[in-house]
Amino acid sequence: MAVKDYIRSRFFPHIWCPGCGHGIVLGGLLRAVDGLGIPKNDIVMVSGIGCSSRISGYVDFHTLHTLHGRALAFATGVKLSRPELKLIVPMGDGDALAIGGNHFIHAARRNIDITAIVMNNRIYGMTGGQFSPLTGPGLKATTAPGGTIDPMFDVAELARAAGATFVARTTTYHVREMSKILARAISHKGFSVVEIFSQCPTYFGRKNKEGGAVEMMRRYKEITVPVGSPDLQDNPELIERGVFVDRQMPEYCEEYDKIVRQAMERAAQA
Amino acid sequence: MSRETVFVQGNEACVEGALYAGLDFFAGYPITPSTEIAEHLAARLPARGGRFIQMEDEIASLCAIIGASQAGKKVMTATSGPGFSLMQEALGYAVMAEIPCVIASVMRGGPSTGIPTHVSQGDVNQARWGTHGDHAVICLTASNHQDVFAMTVEAFNMAETYRTPVILLFDEVVGHMREKLVLPVPGELPLTERLRTQVKEGVNYHPYLPREDGRLPMSDFGGVHRYNVTGLFHDMWGFPTDNPRIVRDLMRHLVDKIETNTAQVCKTKGFFLEDAEYVFVSYGSSARTVRQVVEERRLFGERFGLLELQTLWPFPQEAVREACARARCVIVVEMNLGQVVDQVKLAVDRSDDVFLVNRYDGVFIAPEDIMNLMRLIQGKGV
Repeated sequence: MAVKDYIRSRFFPHIWCPGCGHGIVLGGLLRAVDGLGIPKNDIVMVSGIGCSSRISGYVDFHTLHTLHGRALAFATGVKLSRPELKLIVPMGDGDALAIGGNHFIHAARRNIDITAIVMNNRIYGMTGGQFSPLTGPGLKATTAPGGTIDPMFDVAELARAAGATFVARTTTYHVREMSKILARAISHKGFSVVEIFSQCPTYFGRKNKEGGAVEMMRRYKEITVPVGSPDLQDNPELIERGVFVDRQMPEYCEEYDKIVRQAMERAAQA
Repeated sequence: MSRETVFVQGNEACVEGALYAGLDFFAGYPITPSTEIAEHLAARLPARGGRFIQMEDEIASLCAIIGASQAGKKVMTATSGPGFSLMQEALGYAVMAEIPCVIASVMRGGPSTGIPTHVSQGDVNQARWGTHGDHAVICLTASNHQDVFAMTVEAFNMAETYRTPVILLFDEVVGHMREKLVLPVPGELPLTERLRTQVKEGVNYHPYLPREDGRLPMSDFGGVHRYNVTGLFHDMWGFPTDNPRIVRDLMRHLVDKIETNTAQVCKTKGFFLEDAEYVFVSYGSSARTVRQVVEERRLFGERFGLLELQTLWPFPQEAVREACARARCVIVVEMNLGQVVDQVKLAVDRSDDVFLVNRYDGVFIAPEDIMNLMRLIQGKGV
């Protein structure tokens, strides 16, 4: 199918600002889904609140636009009751790791088969440019006019430590890589996390003098390298891209199915 | 098939009612005094092919059951005061997105963590106004285990009928007390399933366009209709809108679908009301105390009567007005500072004749508590 067949064109134009990276993530995601050939009826997209979370309105899947930070909790209920469905949960950085931080680590701990996409633009866009837990110290936001002193999370490290069995990072500059990684994440059995650097020229770029969308994307090219690149030895400040974790562990719904089978057998014997 | 009689806690009676009603999915977080509901369902659901999950908190619990309900399951969670506070955000979501679910709160005293292991009826106003915005709410309660069972079944039926969260409020005495429960046989109590759309694949389905009777035929996630569900004001497609006419119409729909059906939703039980000079209004375990007082004083020829509320919201205004119309005075008995008494005052013609007997110290209301006030009211002195 063509990518536009996955889109609810009735609901366009979208709400994202000119130059926003989220449209690139949408394109990359749809190409990944198209490549995998998953029927649209088998996909449930659950999102929270924020610019990123509006992505669910634009895709022609079953879509649940929920509460700020709670998307993974809603998705857990959908997945556990209909394990045959594919669950994709796009989140912003505040949505996933501030208000939703607890749900994020527990979904990872359970290793439930959900794909979490963290669209990381390092800012709260929808509310007008406040800092997020991924902004990082020294950077400016409307609630940190003198620069934030809040240290940031490393999403990949956090996801790995919490138990996610697939963890990757990419950027809106690396669109083909993004689609490949998303396809792997969606195919992965277990909790998968893909962090995608996504530029917000309107707030993050302007506040921190990073220029427009083009300059911000060029920067993603310059500050990131593939996992294990030799360039890291010369410049430890570089950020690694690619797949960090890809391992098999018992998946939550399958483990619970075993509990159900045992209980039903016991009940049949009794 | 003959009925089975069991000797159980009220929390277990709630579990039995939920299973009878066809519960498929429970998500919860342990909190006293509701914990036994989760424990018994963890043990009972898998053998029926159902799913139990212990979530990371109460917020996640209600979110998870909403997700499961949207995927077509009959769902429930159980909690108590502080946990119920955490659920208010998702409760509002279920109201707005019109997703059937049942929430049991076995009440404890508050504010805050309050008094966990003692009795209270402190969640009545929280059930009505805990979440923000204007909305209608269905909230049921019970005073004995047979009614706990029946009202739990009713809660599922109403949730599926009106596509809305239904709140069950029990108090600690009802939840933890053990007494006889006669289990109805399958088919004895009617069960309601949500209305599902008949619209075929490929034909336009409008998930949020109500029929003339106010009901919305649903398509479960995973089915042939793909649509958007949101907590924002939305149009008939489920897509966010700020069009004032659509916003106003949706608000009216959310409220009217319940308030035009109060005759079906509101349930009460009357005891000795026909000639009652003194009418008591009570609910939950305190109604049991009142019933004892009423029955005892009737032996002495005193014309006491009891209206027991089984629906707290929408408030059964008509039943209260009718029961109190000929009464010399009305005495509301509840275990809080007076969360139902104000509603009773609004319902009756002479609000000056409405009195409150209450305790809010974690101690169950005794017959003497009621009789002390009655002696004052009757001019007999203390």
